[in-house]
Amino acid sequence: MSSVIESHHDDHHHGPAKGLMRWLLTTNHKDIGTLYLWFSFAMFLIGGAMAMVIRAELFQPGMQIVEPEFYNQMLTLHGLIMVFGAVMPAFVGLANWLVPMMVGAPDMALPRLNNLSFWLLPFAFGILLSSLFMEGGAPNFGWTFYAPLSTTYAPPSVTFFIFSVHIMGASSIMGSINVIVTIMNMRAPGMDLMKMPLFVWSWLITAYLLIAVMPVLAGAVTMMLMDIHFGTSFFNAAGGGDPVLFQHIFWFFGHPEVYIMILPAFGIVSHIIETFSRKQLFGYSSMVWAMLSIAILSFVVWAHHMFTVGMPLAAELFFMWATMLIAVPTGVKVFNWVATMFKGSITYETPMLFAISFVVLFTIGGFSGLMLAIVPADFQYHDTYFVVAHFHYVLVPGSIFSIMAAVYYWIPKWTGNMYDERLGRLHFWLSFVGVNVTFFPQHWIGLAGMPRRYPDYALQFADWNMVSTAGAFLFGASQILFLFIVLKTVMGGKKATRQVWEGARGLEWLVESPAPYHTFSTPPKVN
Amino acid sequence: MEYQKYYVPESSKFPIFAAFSLFIVIIGASSTINSLDNPESNASLILYTGLACFLATLFFWFRQVVKENNAGLESAQLSQSFVYGMAWFIFSEVMFFAAFFGALFYVRSFAVPWLGGEGEKGLANMLWQDFEATWPLINTPDGGKAFVIAAKSMSFPGWENISHWLPLYNTIVLLSSSVTVHFAHLGLKKGNKKTFNIWLGITVLLALIFVGLQAAEYYEAYEHFGLTLNSGIYGSTFFMLTGFHGFHVMLGGLMLAVMLIRSVFYGHFNEHKHFGFEAASWYWHFVDVVWVMLFLFVYIL
Repeated sequence: MSSVIESHHDDHHHGPAKGLMRWLLTTNHKDIGTLYLWFSFAMFLIGGAMAMVIRAELFQPGMQIVEPEFYNQMLTLHGLIMVFGAVMPAFVGLANWLVPMMVGAPDMALPRLNNLSFWLLPFAFGILLSSLFMEGGAPNFGWTFYAPLSTTYAPPSVTFFIFSVHIMGASSIMGSINVIVTIMNMRAPGMDLMKMPLFVWSWLITAYLLIAVMPVLAGAVTMMLMDIHFGTSFFNAAGGGDPVLFQHIFWFFGHPEVYIMILPAFGIVSHIIETFSRKQLFGYSSMVWAMLSIAILSFVVWAHHMFTVGMPLAAELFFMWATMLIAVPTGVKVFNWVATMFKGSITYETPMLFAISFVVLFTIGGFSGLMLAIVPADFQYHDTYFVVAHFHYVLVPGSIFSIMAAVYYWIPKWTGNMYDERLGRLHFWLSFVGVNVTFFPQHWIGLAGMPRRYPDYALQFADWNMVSTAGAFLFGASQILFLFIVLKTVMGGKKATRQVWEGARGLEWLVESPAPYHTFSTPPKVN
Repeated sequence: MEYQKYYVPESSKFPIFAAFSLFIVIIGASSTINSLDNPESNASLILYTGLACFLATLFFWFRQVVKENNAGLESAQLSQSFVYGMAWFIFSEVMFFAAFFGALFYVRSFAVPWLGGEGEKGLANMLWQDFEATWPLINTPDGGKAFVIAAKSMSFPGWENISHWLPLYNTIVLLSSSVTVHFAHLGLKKGNKKTFNIWLGITVLLALIFVGLQAAEYYEAYEHFGLTLNSGIYGSTFFMLTGFHGFHVMLGGLMLAVMLIRSVFYGHFNEHKHFGFEAASWYWHFVDVVWVMLFLFVYIL
C-alpha cells in the first residue's frame, strides 16, 4: 500500500495538558494507549508474582510455603489478572495507539468514551485485588468460577468479584464499540476494507467478538449473584436448574474470549514477519478470511471445554468435529507466515525473533489443542497439567510474545528512540528458554496424570516440577529486563527515522517518530 | 460520506468522574448485598451516593454533548459515529438477553427433562425420584425443601380466562407504543413538531402504563400466587427475564421522556437533525422485540 499524506496545517494544535491531569482527563488515543499498556504491564507483573508463588509452592511435593486456601486464591487471581488485566488491556492499548494511525484517523471515533473505558479498569482491578484482604479471602474457585464452587461454597468476596467483572465487561464493550466505530467510520478515503492493515482487520473481528460475548459473561455473573443472594436456582438442581448450565454459559463467553486473546496477535505477527522478510504477505485475503472463519467457528465449539461433564453423545461429537475444523483456518495462517518468510531477505531483529518463535510455539499450543479436541483422548487429559501446558503455550509464547514483539516493533514510533538491540535479543532468548523450560515439561507430567489446581502432588512428578519452577523464575526475572529496556528507550537512545524498519509499510511509518500528538487532522489519501 | 476536517474534543472531566462514581457504586452494591442480613448496616448509603454521582455525571456529560451538537461543533462524520455506536450498543444488549434466553431454553429442553428421567441423561432422576418434569415447573425437584412451591404460574391460562390475563394487556400496550413512536418519527421527518410531540408523549405514557402493569403483575405473583425468585427455575427465569426487560423499558422510557422534554421545552430536533431521538426510538423498538420473545417463550409456550 503506498500512501501520500496531505500537508496539514493545524490551527488548533493543542498539545497534552501538564502533570497528572493529562492522564486523568485525556481524550487522546496515544495517551490512552500508553495508559492501557502501562496498566497491563503492572498487572502482568502482579499476576506474574502470583505465578511465582504457585510455582514456588510446586517446587517440591508436600506443602512448602503457602496454605492450600491461599494457593487457591493465587491460582484464581493469577488467571483472572492475566486474562482480563494483562493480555486484554495490552491489546486494547495497542489498538488505541495503532488503529487510528493505521487507518489515517486523528483519534478514536469516541474519545471521551475511550477515557472511560480505560479508567474503569484500575478501579475494577483495585476491587478485585482488595478482596485478598477481605474476610474469607479472595475468590478461590479458579478463573473459570464454576458453580457451585463459586456460588454455594464461595467466600463473601465473591460479590465484589461479580461486580468487578461487570465493570471489566463494561470497559471492554465500550472499548470495542469505539474500535469498531473508528474502523468503520474513520478510515481515510481510499482505504477499502480489503486494503486495511491486518492488525486493523484482526481488531475489527476481535471487537465484534467482545461485544458479542462480554454481555453473556455479565449474564453469567448476574445469575451467580442472584443464586447466591436472592434465592434463584439457575445453577442448583434442587430447584430445577443445573450447575452444567453455568459451564455452558461461561464457555459460550470463554471460547470466543480465548480467540479475543489471540486474533490481535495474528495481526501483529503478520505485520512483523512481512517487514523483516522484506516481502509482501503471501496471501492477504486468505489471512482475512481465515480470521473471519476462526471468529465464526469460535461460537460453536464452547463445549469442548466440558467433554467430561456428562453431555449427550451427539453433543460430544458435534463439538469435537467443530473444534477440529478450526485447525483448517489456523493452518492457513501458519502456512501463510511460513510462505511469507520463504525466500525473503530475513533479518532477525528482536520483534522478528519474537514473531518467529510465536509461529513455532503457538503451533505447538495449537497441536496440543487438537489432541484435547479428541473426545476419548480428552477423557484422559482433562484437568491435568497437559491442559495447563496447552493453554500456556498459546497464551505466553502466543499472546504475550506477540505483545512483546509489538512493543519492540512500534516503540521507536511511540518514543522516537530505538531500543537497545543487544538487550532486546537477550530478553528474547531468556524469555524463550524460560517459557519452554517452564511449560514443555508440563505436557509430560500432565500425560503422566498430574491433576491441575492442587498445591501438592505425588512423588513421581517431582523432577519435572522442579525444572518447571526453575524455568518460571527465569522467565519471570527476564521480564524485569524487559521493564528496564522499555524505560531506557523512553528516556533516550538512538533517534528513530520515520520508517524505522527498512521493510516497514503502512500509514504509521510515514509520520515522524515519535508520532505527533494528533497524527492526522485532515485525512490522508490512500492509493 | 463526506470527509471534512476532523473534530477532536478537548480533554474532559466527565469520564473520570463516571469511572470513579461507578467505583463507588460497585463498592456500595457489593457491601449492601453482603450485609443484607444486618439491619444496622449503612452500606446502602455508599450505593446511593455512588448512583447519585453517576447519574449526575451522565446528566452533565449528555448535556455537554447536546450543547456541542447545537453549537454545530459536530461534523457529519461524528454524527455517523454516534449512529454506529448506538447500533453496536444495542447488539451488546441483545447478547445480554441472549444469555438469559439461552438459560431458559437449556433448562426447558435439557435440564428439567433430564431431572424428570427423560432422555440421554435421564439418570439425573435418581437424585429426586418422585420428581416429574413439567413446564412451567411448579413443583421443584427437591419437593419444596430449599425452594418454595408456587400456587400457580404466569403462563397462558386458557381461552376462557384470557380477559383476566395481564401479559396480554402488556403486549397490547407495548406493541402499540412501538407504533406510536414510529408515528412520532414520521411526523418529525415531515417537520411537524406538534405531531411529533403528541405521539412521543403518548409513547411515554404507554411506557408508564406498561411499567405499572408489570408492577401489578409482580404484586400478584408475590402476594397471590406465591411465585417468587425462590420458586425454583421457573421463578428464576420468569423474574430475571421479565425483570431485566422491565428495567430496560424504564431506561428506554426515560430516554424517550428526555427527548420529549428536549423537544417541548428546548425546541430541539428538526426534520434533518434528530439522532438523539432516533437512537432512543431504536432502543424502544429493541425493547419491544425482546418483549415479543418473552411473550412467546415465557408466557405462551
